[in-house]
Amino acid sequence: MSIPFILFFVFALVAVGGAIMLIVAREPIHSALSLVLVMVALAALYLLLGAEFISAVQVIVYAGAVMVLFVFVIMLLNAGIEERTNYSQMAKYAGLPLAILLLFSLAHWMAHSAIGATVANGAGAPNQAAVSTRELSSMLFQKYLFPFEATSILILIAILGALVLAKRPE
Amino acid sequence: MSVVPISYYLVLSAVLFGLGVVAFVFKRNIITIFMSIELMLNAVNLAFVAFARAHNQLDGLVFVFFVIVVAAAEAAVGLAIVITIAQNRRSLNVEKVDLLKF
Repeated sequence: MSIPFILFFVFALVAVGGAIMLIVAREPIHSALSLVLVMVALAALYLLLGAEFISAVQVIVYAGAVMVLFVFVIMLLNAGIEERTNYSQMAKYAGLPLAILLLFSLAHWMAHSAIGATVANGAGAPNQAAVSTRELSSMLFQKYLFPFEATSILILIAILGALVLAKRPE
Repeated sequence: MSVVPISYYLVLSAVLFGLGVVAFVFKRNIITIFMSIELMLNAVNLAFVAFARAHNQLDGLVFVFFVIVVAAAEAAVGLAIVITIAQNRRSLNVEKVDLLKF
């Protein structure tokens, strides 16, 4: 058991535990905080994978901006305990096994598919984290320049849409 | 130094995505349903980063960057819609939003 393995299992457990907390929690604010836990654990896993820029963006944008927005809306709307509705019997007896089946078949496919196996064997590459961010930025502003600019227009549209939607009706 | 195999990350990604689907189906609060969508996007991001690492190519990381930006835009618009629904319906329960239900 080397240190990367131990770190991986610790953060994987934190992420899965946070995701389960999200499902189990009755208060939306508890769900939001457990989702922050998942995102921070994922940021640590990105660091473990040598993607330090993505890790920083994950913490700043996801765990910071997006989740603050969520918590703000929860506070604004004063969202209390989730109302429990009468689930249909089908959801109880068919939905849960199907969800577990989906989960396990996804995990099985990803672990045993051809791409997963070949990738797993060739994955012992040394860490190149020192140059990763520089190469990432040059790729972002050369090869992916057009998608990058298109994304800025998307953000502009999103701002306008949010403003129009959230405007109090006269 | 041994490195964690990529398949471990892929299995974790699949598990997180499955939990996101479960939360999406089971939760009744519209904000929590939004959060489960974010959870699924995060799971897919983890798979992207793992594959980028495995192939030693940075394109996957660029895509993660775009996914994060689109998720942020989606959260802004989506939460504005949530606020509008909450003002009109006086409830956050998705079963109360049934005007289009047959």
